[in-house]
Amino acid sequence: MASGRTVARGLVSFSLSLGLLQVPPPNRFSTWIGVPPRSDRRAGVRAVGARELGAAAGLLAQPRPVWMWSRVAGDAMDLALLARAARSGDTRRDRVGGAIAGVAAITAVDVLGTVLVTREAAKNGSGSRSGEEAGRLTGDKSARLVTAAVTVNRPREEVYAFWRDFTRLPQFMLHLEEVRELDAEGRRSHWKANAPGGATVEWDAELIEDRPNERISWRSLEGADVTNAGTVRFEDAPGGRGTRVHVDLEYSAPGGAFGTIVARLAGEEPRQQTWDDLRRFKQVLEIGEIVRSEGTIGERRIRQRPAQPVGDDA
Amino acid sequence: MRANTWAGRNSVEVRDVPDPKILNAQDAILKISSTAICGSDLHLYDGYIPTVMNGDILGHEFMGEVVELGPEVANLRVGDRVVVPFPIACGRCWSCQQGLFSVCENSNPNGWLQEKLYGFPTGGVFGYSHLTGGYPGGQAEYARVPFADVGPLKVPDGMTDDQVLFLSDVLPTAWMAAEMCDIRPGDTVAVWGAGPIGLYAVVSAYLRGAERVIAIDRFAYRLRMAREHARAETINYEEQDVSETLKAMTGGRGPDACIDAVGMEAHSPRVDYAYDRVKQAMKLETDRPSALREAITNCRNGGVVSIVGVYGGFVDKFPIGSVMNRSLTIRAGQCHVHRYMQPLLERIQNGDIDPTFVITHRLPLEEAPAGYEMFKNKQDECVKVVLSA
Repeated sequence: MASGRTVARGLVSFSLSLGLLQVPPPNRFSTWIGVPPRSDRRAGVRAVGARELGAAAGLLAQPRPVWMWSRVAGDAMDLALLARAARSGDTRRDRVGGAIAGVAAITAVDVLGTVLVTREAAKNGSGSRSGEEAGRLTGDKSARLVTAAVTVNRPREEVYAFWRDFTRLPQFMLHLEEVRELDAEGRRSHWKANAPGGATVEWDAELIEDRPNERISWRSLEGADVTNAGTVRFEDAPGGRGTRVHVDLEYSAPGGAFGTIVARLAGEEPRQQTWDDLRRFKQVLEIGEIVRSEGTIGERRIRQRPAQPVGDDA
Repeated sequence: MRANTWAGRNSVEVRDVPDPKILNAQDAILKISSTAICGSDLHLYDGYIPTVMNGDILGHEFMGEVVELGPEVANLRVGDRVVVPFPIACGRCWSCQQGLFSVCENSNPNGWLQEKLYGFPTGGVFGYSHLTGGYPGGQAEYARVPFADVGPLKVPDGMTDDQVLFLSDVLPTAWMAAEMCDIRPGDTVAVWGAGPIGLYAVVSAYLRGAERVIAIDRFAYRLRMAREHARAETINYEEQDVSETLKAMTGGRGPDACIDAVGMEAHSPRVDYAYDRVKQAMKLETDRPSALREAITNCRNGGVVSIVGVYGGFVDKFPIGSVMNRSLTIRAGQCHVHRYMQPLLERIQNGDIDPTFVITHRLPLEEAPAGYEMFKNKQDECVKVVLSA
């Protein structure tokens, strides 16, 4: 059976050719599908062409489910437009009918491809990890995995001890607002984090593994806003070069895959965030605090302020 | 306070900005006495370094008096007179402990950004774009200096600003350029660029044991300075064919080591210069590497090419075949200034080096824009501009 990737690749070529027909000289294309070119239609045809090209570019860059779903949505839009055209007085019914049949056929291919690509993506997780590992901690096979690593120039005992006190995590994990311990041994804790769009999410977590100086694992409990879990491993870097810290995070984004896409659009990139958090973790351990420059005050990453001192109001 | 700020391509403005404040516990605030314009500041001025913002305070060569200290600074006192190394380094990470201060692992809060461009981030730098951290520079009345226990060097009593200011960048950079050449007795070293770093590289190469040092530039006044103050032999590349001349001077073998003290905005009478100019204008390559290409193709078989001229991103038509097939070694780096400040201070004290000869112009901070214009266009035989705040 064809793989999702093969179908996606075929659709790239198709989208490219169709888009190229529609964008520069839309008149001939319109006539061909039995819709006489009119000035008010030209822009519409062009827009549909541009969308085809966009879908091709997206698929070419990364054959991810989101692009395939966008194709299916586009097909639905095209069918609606053609149905309207068929009812219009000046169109050639036979040609429009042919176009509808053509789009319907493509829709079938798109749906097939989308299902395949989505299924493969779910199997592989979002990172490079194997499917078996997804859900190891959360039990959710479609959970997203993020992995990151950093080497800290401090002894393993010290690095482990810092992380083991979860209440200190918000010092370097930018999106954590607060972690509160719910018992004296620090086995259960309450976490509060900022979500895209100014919302906050909260959950209780339990420690599920604690091997001193080696490994800490935790997972969220029933009723969490975001089901999540994590493992952090500590090992000596060879040659006395400090401690290697490996982090595996697993989370089911609210709203599933769609929620993840929305979060990305809002500028939240869990992979980048995790690497940046680890960089700050290293700073806190190696130099005692997070390094600040005038240009990065407020932790605005993309929108920096000019590199000049902040006034008293800042 | 007043500070010299970037105001767009080919434009700097001295503006009113807030006074610096302590942001980290290991910060110091300096009242700046002297600061200089570096050749690499011209790359910012000319608009070739990405992520510079309107309003960014420029300047990474500066010194002054400590006026305020963060609670965790132990080695400095208010009133100390210090010169500041241009790379910001924490002193505690593995790289710093290896002496690789300019690639400090902790000092660049915008490492994530640089990672995309370079693979891994470098350390922070004062006044040198947001890629290197978004730190304000020292062409100002005051500056905040992070990791004040690690970088600043206390100036011994009796030494003038002119004697020690260039320990912040150009002198150590030139010294490292020569050090990377692994000079052995009898070696000939060729230096592309006779600006302050090229001139100091000539001095450094001799001090490190070179038999002959050849300086290459197109400005007669700079070559004259190289001959008179640094004992260099010289080639004016607009009048002489560099390859032919170098071969003739070295018995057909080529210099044992070649230093690129030019960087990304090289000029050349050769045809590749026009090619690079067009590609750079069209943003198809970030840097014009004609000096680097020449340094590579003219180096003797098995020799060393030492790069301290600044490059920002990507170059085209890089003669990798010449490097590989002729067993060349390429060494490069933003200077790990912290390593060299104390030993070079001692060489200044004992008279081995008198760094003051490069200073051609002195201006008040308010006239920084005129200084940039003059330095860029090599007006009035300009080599080095020192600004006093």
